[in-house]
Amino acid sequence: MFGIETLSGNAQAAALVGVVLVEAMVLYVGYGALTAALGPSVRKAIGGE
Amino acid sequence: MSVFELFGMSAGMLALFVAFGVLIGVLFGFFGMGGSFLVTPALLVMGYPSRVAVGSGLAFVFGTSVIATLKHRDLGQVDYKLGISMIIGTTVGLEVGKEIVLYLEELGLAGNIISVTYVLLLGGIGLFVTYEALKGGNGGGVSHDVDGDADIDADDIPELAKKIQSYSLPPMITLRGGVKVSLWMILLVAFATGLLSGFLGVGGGFIRMPALFYLIGVPVPIAVGTDLFEIMFSGGIGSFLYAQSGGVDLSIVAPLLAGSALGARVGSAATSIVDEDEIKIYFGLMLLLGALAVAVRQAGNYLGMGVLDYVSLALILGSALMVSGAVLYSAVKSMRAPSAAGSSTAD
Repeated sequence: MFGIETLSGNAQAAALVGVVLVEAMVLYVGYGALTAALGPSVRKAIGGE
Repeated sequence: MSVFELFGMSAGMLALFVAFGVLIGVLFGFFGMGGSFLVTPALLVMGYPSRVAVGSGLAFVFGTSVIATLKHRDLGQVDYKLGISMIIGTTVGLEVGKEIVLYLEELGLAGNIISVTYVLLLGGIGLFVTYEALKGGNGGGVSHDVDGDADIDADDIPELAKKIQSYSLPPMITLRGGVKVSLWMILLVAFATGLLSGFLGVGGGFIRMPALFYLIGVPVPIAVGTDLFEIMFSGGIGSFLYAQSGGVDLSIVAPLLAGSALGARVGSAATSIVDEDEIKIYFGLMLLLGALAVAVRQAGNYLGMGVLDYVSLALILGSALMVSGAVLYSAVKSMRAPSAAGSSTAD
């Protein structure tokens, strides 16, 4: 996946950890933006306001 | 029947992994633990080889802890000084723990001793936390909405932590929340928890988080944030080591992480609005059920009864569902009653 198979040994291992790290950062930023956009309305809905 | 496939996996499996990720994310974000403890056994029961179950579990823990640490950092709940000191002590402890395992393996005793220790430790911590929660009142509870920089009330520090803090062996370091403790005590606690996690082959969040609170007296939110910071390093190194031998499967890790990122956001946000005492009893029960699940799986292996693997998995998933449900329920309850909380006199 993502061409990682073409690498070997330590490079492949580092690339896999790197992909997980990048995915985590992207998800953090992505969900952060989503929370900022939808957070107040969700809070209002849950809070019953 | 048309089946949508991504990463070589059916849409149903992807949805299952994402949903499982959300569940774990809530627990991880709230308690700073619960990753490898839940994922690895689930993958094993699903038929993945142990190398892949452990390696992918570690990679997932790494990704989730990166996200949760970033979130806790935003809330001012990570003590870097404590985190780095803990990493040093834990790393030495991990090495010693691993050596003990290798020695026991030579003697052919490793499997049984590790399982029994795991059950006793998980059960012991579960009993202790449940007992403290049932005792209530001043049973060591610290409100989750503590300000990271504010000094904590002396009544909120457990007795054992007060004793450990009283040893003024230089160098003394001041932690967030105004806690002053000898660096040697931190290294000692970190070494002991590292030794246990190296010996048991687990991330160790369920050992370290209570240790930071009960032994060092760090307020719970900072104990959680700092524990996650440390897990980020141990998870990263662990997944790299397993990835070298093909133990990390991205088709498992990617959807789990997508779900848990959402769950962790909800879980760590809940730490600021939910009273930790309310949840502590569920946390204790989850550890007890976890201990029971490991015991059942071990009994299944011993008796050659594969069905007990499923009972073990059901116990783990059931307890995780119960606790994450309790966190979400308490969070929603707190949000729906802001005026009642505002007029409360005691906290």
